[in-house]
Amino acid sequence: MSRPLLVVNARLLDPGSGFDQRGGLLAVDGRIVELGPQVTGALAPPGTELVDARGRCLVPGLVDLRAGFGEPGAEHKERFESGCLAAVAGGVTSLALLPDTDPPIDDPAMVEFVARRARRAKLAKVYPQAALTRRLEGRELAELGLLKAAGAVAFTDGFRAVADARVMRRALAYASMLDALIVQHPEEPSLAQGGVMNEGPVATRLGLAGIPAAAEVITIERDLRLLELTGGRLHFAHVSTGAAVAAIRVAKARGLRVTCDTTPHHLLLTEAEVEGYRTFAKVSPPLRSEADRQAVVEGLVDGTIDAIASDHCPQDQESKRQPFAQAAFGVIGLQTLLSASLELVVSGRIGLSDLLRRLTSAPATILGLEAGRLAKGAPADLVLLDLEASWTVTEKSLFSLAKNTPFEGRTFRGKVIRTVVDGRTVYTAEDAS
Amino acid sequence: MVLANEPVFARQHLLGIEGLEAAEIEHLLDLAAGFVELNRRSEKKLQLLRGRTLINLFFEPSTRTQTSFELAGKRLGADVVNMAVARSSVVKGETLIDTAMTLNAMHPDLLVVRHPESGAVALLARHVRCAVVNAGDGTHEHPTQALLDALTIRRRKGRIAGLTVAICGDILHSRVARSNILLLRTMGARVRVVAPPTLLPAAVESLGVEAVTDMRRGLEGADIVMMLRLQSERMQGSLVPSVREYFHFFGLTHEKLEAASPDAMIMHPGPMNRGVEIDGPVADDINRSAILDQVEMGVAVRMAVLDALTRRLRATS
Repeated sequence: MSRPLLVVNARLLDPGSGFDQRGGLLAVDGRIVELGPQVTGALAPPGTELVDARGRCLVPGLVDLRAGFGEPGAEHKERFESGCLAAVAGGVTSLALLPDTDPPIDDPAMVEFVARRARRAKLAKVYPQAALTRRLEGRELAELGLLKAAGAVAFTDGFRAVADARVMRRALAYASMLDALIVQHPEEPSLAQGGVMNEGPVATRLGLAGIPAAAEVITIERDLRLLELTGGRLHFAHVSTGAAVAAIRVAKARGLRVTCDTTPHHLLLTEAEVEGYRTFAKVSPPLRSEADRQAVVEGLVDGTIDAIASDHCPQDQESKRQPFAQAAFGVIGLQTLLSASLELVVSGRIGLSDLLRRLTSAPATILGLEAGRLAKGAPADLVLLDLEASWTVTEKSLFSLAKNTPFEGRTFRGKVIRTVVDGRTVYTAEDAS
Repeated sequence: MVLANEPVFARQHLLGIEGLEAAEIEHLLDLAAGFVELNRRSEKKLQLLRGRTLINLFFEPSTRTQTSFELAGKRLGADVVNMAVARSSVVKGETLIDTAMTLNAMHPDLLVVRHPESGAVALLARHVRCAVVNAGDGTHEHPTQALLDALTIRRRKGRIAGLTVAICGDILHSRVARSNILLLRTMGARVRVVAPPTLLPAAVESLGVEAVTDMRRGLEGADIVMMLRLQSERMQGSLVPSVREYFHFFGLTHEKLEAASPDAMIMHPGPMNRGVEIDGPVADDINRSAILDQVEMGVAVRMAVLDALTRRLRATS
């Protein structure tokens, strides 16, 4: 096992409980054994790694609901090593990997492959999500029970929506028996077909085919009706429109077991980013109007949106240096997930603890993971966070193999100084002192 | 009118009408007007672009536009090369940026590019060293078409400001419509777009136009009626139910034209689908139709654009 770790002089923040106190934290054998004002350097067992936080925040490691790597099938876009390094550099200690690889994760052997590769990378904890339907084709159910037994934490067809209502109904019904979580990419494919950005004035001016905002809420409303028939648990990924937020708000008030997330780019950016045919702003679902962006922020603040996920989607230069319509969808986001989300705290839209909860304990609860808490007995997955330090996103500062960030050149306030997984320091910022 | 040593049009490329000032448009039209007279003479060749190379790079076939640019280049004395890039060679894997690099190595002075994707010409322009003219990119812009239409209007009507222009047909997929809307609005015309809702882009009003789905109302008092081509794959039930239904509601006939101003001028960027968007007799009505004028103005406008884009180059060498 690793050496004991003692962090002193920290602002201890456990967003899951609202705990916010000065003090120290001791981790032994990968777990938190003591935390609070009473924890000082005097407590250190022999051989302890001692860290002076100098008043900075010590928060639980982030839990990312959704990230994709390129293994297997597109190793040049992202490997487990590069992706997990980007994760821990961004304060993410647990992430749920998407199944849309080549071949897809639709077989228990593939689930084990992911676990093995993640163990070898030895950085962040990687939890596989498995395909909801065989080969992600949206027709026949994957072996949900066997996949869950092998370790799949959720079921989704990744970037593809389950379009067929009958398939979705059966998937929800069957998953309810297993208490398995289904994650839907909410977008009616027939309405979105051919579209490459948000439908509206910008698309019209640029001569690009649009995806209407309604494509999102149509699928959400349909699936909510199905959920009422079947019971079970349903999660909507990357909610991007005001109409979708409103529909989910109503469903939650009615007691349906539904959760959802959004992404930093949908919280901070709009369709205006596409001006000049910037393919790094091509993402699914598309960046929306300013009104939709504001409604999504509102949904995050009032708790309709449970979590923020990176939706990390690495693309190489060849996939992005193309005419806009031919370029691939997707942005990377693991390393900027925390810093970009903190913009909402900097601008005063949400409190620090409320924001962090949506990045830690809330996504952990959705996935059923023992993670995202700063509490006695919890795994020592920790992030030392300097709220005052800033950093600028550049190609060089990013650890992903792919550099397709929509935030290039942006300076964020809030910087990860050190990341700890199971009591072991896996990342320290270069200029950290 | 224009000082030779102080070019009004100081841009490196012509990628679209968007962003052009009225004075720049006016300048290009003035230049073009001079070339119209030249083109009518029996001796048409100038030496302005002597020793310069123009490459016509067409990723999408277009005999008319390509020929028009070829004539424009040759009449100014340039060496003109036509490169037809079949879609298949793109499918074979050469990216647009690879193509740009290849072309750079050939040292052309002017590139005229047509591409089926919106924004592709601008992407190419970022990676080449010479001047680039957008000869149509996807459903985005076709600036020389808008300029030639403007010249046609100016010559027949004496002005553009204050005119009412009805653009009719497949607005959704039309780069001609987008460039024309931008130009006509910049020059002070009123623009109506007339089409079934399935052929109108979302939020089309944001372009500063009025959208009308009733053709007679759309044509009311119009000084200019611009018809757009409807491509055959869009006629069979996907966006409009049938050719005959489309013609019934949106085909330009003498009868519908009665709603327009008595001296309304009819335009079409060609090639026409007679009996689809325009009735044969209307197209052939020499008192109303300016369709052949447009073709003539096309060569002159393209000469003006090639001239304007190379002035700096010629001044420094």
